[in-house]
Amino acid sequence: MPRAFTPKVVTANRLLEGDAVWLTADDRWTTDMSEAELIEDEAVSQDRLLFAMGQADVVVGAYLADAKAGEDGPEPTHFREAFRTRGPSNYAHGKQAEA
Amino acid sequence: MYQYNDFDEAFVRERVAQFSAQVQRRIDGSLTEDEFKPLRLMNGLYLQLHAYMLRVAVPYGTLNGRQMRQLAHIARTYDKGYGHFTTRQNIQFNWPKLKDVPQILSDLADVEMHAIQTSGNTIRNVTADHFAGAAKDEIADPRPYAELLRQWSTDHPEFQFLPRKFKIAVSGSTHDRAVVRAHDIGLEIVEKDGERGFRVLIGGGLGRTPIIGKVAREFLPEADLLPYCEAIVSVYNLLGRRDNKYKARIKITVHETGLEEISRMIEERFSQIRPAFTGVDQQLLGQIKDAFSAPDYVAKDDDAFQIAYDNDPLFRAWVDTNVTDHVRDDHAIVSISIKTPGQTPGDATAEQMVAMAELAESFGYDELRISHEQNVILPHVARADLPEVHAALRDVGLAAANIGLISDIIACPGMDYCALATARSIPVAQDIALRFEELKLAHDIGPLKIKISGCINACGHHHVGHIGILGLDRAGVENYQITLGGDGTEDAAIGTRTGPGFAYDEIVPAIERLLLAYLDLREGEDETFLQAYRRVGMEPFKAALYPEKEKVDAA
Ligand code: HEM
Ligand code: SF4
Repeated sequence: MPRAFTPKVVTANRLLEGDAVWLTADDRWTTDMSEAELIEDEAVSQDRLLFAMGQADVVVGAYLADAKAGEDGPEPTHFREAFRTRGPSNYAHGKQAEA
Repeated sequence: MYQYNDFDEAFVRERVAQFSAQVQRRIDGSLTEDEFKPLRLMNGLYLQLHAYMLRVAVPYGTLNGRQMRQLAHIARTYDKGYGHFTTRQNIQFNWPKLKDVPQILSDLADVEMHAIQTSGNTIRNVTADHFAGAAKDEIADPRPYAELLRQWSTDHPEFQFLPRKFKIAVSGSTHDRAVVRAHDIGLEIVEKDGERGFRVLIGGGLGRTPIIGKVAREFLPEADLLPYCEAIVSVYNLLGRRDNKYKARIKITVHETGLEEISRMIEERFSQIRPAFTGVDQQLLGQIKDAFSAPDYVAKDDDAFQIAYDNDPLFRAWVDTNVTDHVRDDHAIVSISIKTPGQTPGDATAEQMVAMAELAESFGYDELRISHEQNVILPHVARADLPEVHAALRDVGLAAANIGLISDIIACPGMDYCALATARSIPVAQDIALRFEELKLAHDIGPLKIKISGCINACGHHHVGHIGILGLDRAGVENYQITLGGDGTEDAAIGTRTGPGFAYDEIVPAIERLLLAYLDLREGEDETFLQAYRRVGMEPFKAALYPEKEKVDAA
């Protein structure tokens, strides 16, 4: 049996800065994951991924990452994706410093 | 030190110009990412988790004060004020912006540096013993050969699209400080009947299939170096498994073909191409050797050293761990620890880089080295100057007296930076170092090499750590596997797994249990962890690591 689809967000890195960004429902790229579009349907996810891959002048390496609905919006389910919302653990660099 | 000739200068400048245009075309949309990615990788530019990363080559780990200052300038101007020294004697900048990279490369070219062949399926930066030219046990300085290999391999048309990356290391001493047995080609300078040559090892490598290099030639005459290496690489270029990335390294080719057969093919190829090497390479080698002649040592009376050594316990402790005998009695080799407990292994700030550059210029004949153990070396310092050097290092937080001890840990960037990582390495290294600092056991434990990688690729050399730690992702949780008994020296060995891995918050206590067990079972203070492991084997350490399981088994 095929695995049940789990909710996803579309994420990538910005071409110029290289930092992690997420795709919003209104086709923007945000540096704040909670603003991302949480996709509950597999066909929609493929559609949104294709859209993201078409934005090669803005982002690099778009992919679908698992996510779940949180109080303020989508949240990561895997530690790798959680690090991407914050930055490295050895210095207060990256997103955790910008907040 | 080797200085660029007109050809080198023009070549590097041209590459900077080419890459500047490529970046421009990527930004304006005329190049797609698929087109651009191989081009940026050829220039050492990766995309990691949070930002781009630029890997800059430090050929055979040697640089001068001016170059170190320029690295500081780059760290300050285009990055976040620091750089990361790596196990391949390179430096990585973790936060460059794409648009700044051409200017960074141009700044590097100003001091004869570049990022060429620091990535991709080419012959990578050739590494060498970081004590080259200074070590007491040295037969000959390996760097002229490393430089010859670098010139031969840079942009070599036949070797730009190898089946996989290709790494060469050269050592000139009896004691191997360059991990030559974990390289695609490892070269050891040897002497036979008064003639100089190389023991050539092939097919070593770490990664998911760790293999110790095998001897292809016990003695290769010096003059045959380039044609023989060319023969090895061209045989590999034909046989290497392009169908499967995980089987593409030469270690697998050697394994699948058999040492005897591949040696035969190499010798056959060698005899074909040897006549084409008419001696120009040897003339070149002669010129290169001149560039690496020893500095004009200034003899100094070492009274100042003795007084400080007898009276200053901090200085004495630092000398005892971080200073190594030099080929000259009145000089010494200083290893600057970039491993202050609690800091990120291998990270130096711009201020620290400038301080190290100044020390090299004032006391070190303008020479610095990057070691594969992620430390910085001043290879030639008069003993008389050591107290001043130590004081200056203390001022910038670089005087940790821990070289070769438990907190001198190799750690790859892991999941704090690396896109391929399955777990973090840096905080594990930080926590182990801090814990043993707190326990004050570092000196009791003595020589110990802990090496940590954040995934199976093994950039942190965990396979050859006395204690290796490999970070994995087990069902969405960080998990750390321990290996014991690895060794990266001339007695190279791959470590053996102890058993199930440990969670992130269990790994430091596990290492503590392991080392307390070692202190209990060793035969005396002189028996190192590695010697004890070789004597008693895995079982006592397993018992310490998995006490619960022991109880269950005994019941
Ligand atoms: C962008 C970050 C990095 C990436 C993508 C990366 C990628 C890889 C990969 C894929 C391998 C396995 C190669 C194979 O077995 O065929 C590997 C091995 C290795 N890398 Fe890295 N690495 C990174 C960072 C580093 C760093 C920071 C160092 C230190 C300079 C390093 C040094 C090594 C070493 C020593 C090995 C093992 C020796 C070997 O088999 O080549 N890598 N790396
Ligand atoms: S070992 Fe893995 S995690 Fe560490 S730097 Fe290499 S590829 Fe990245």
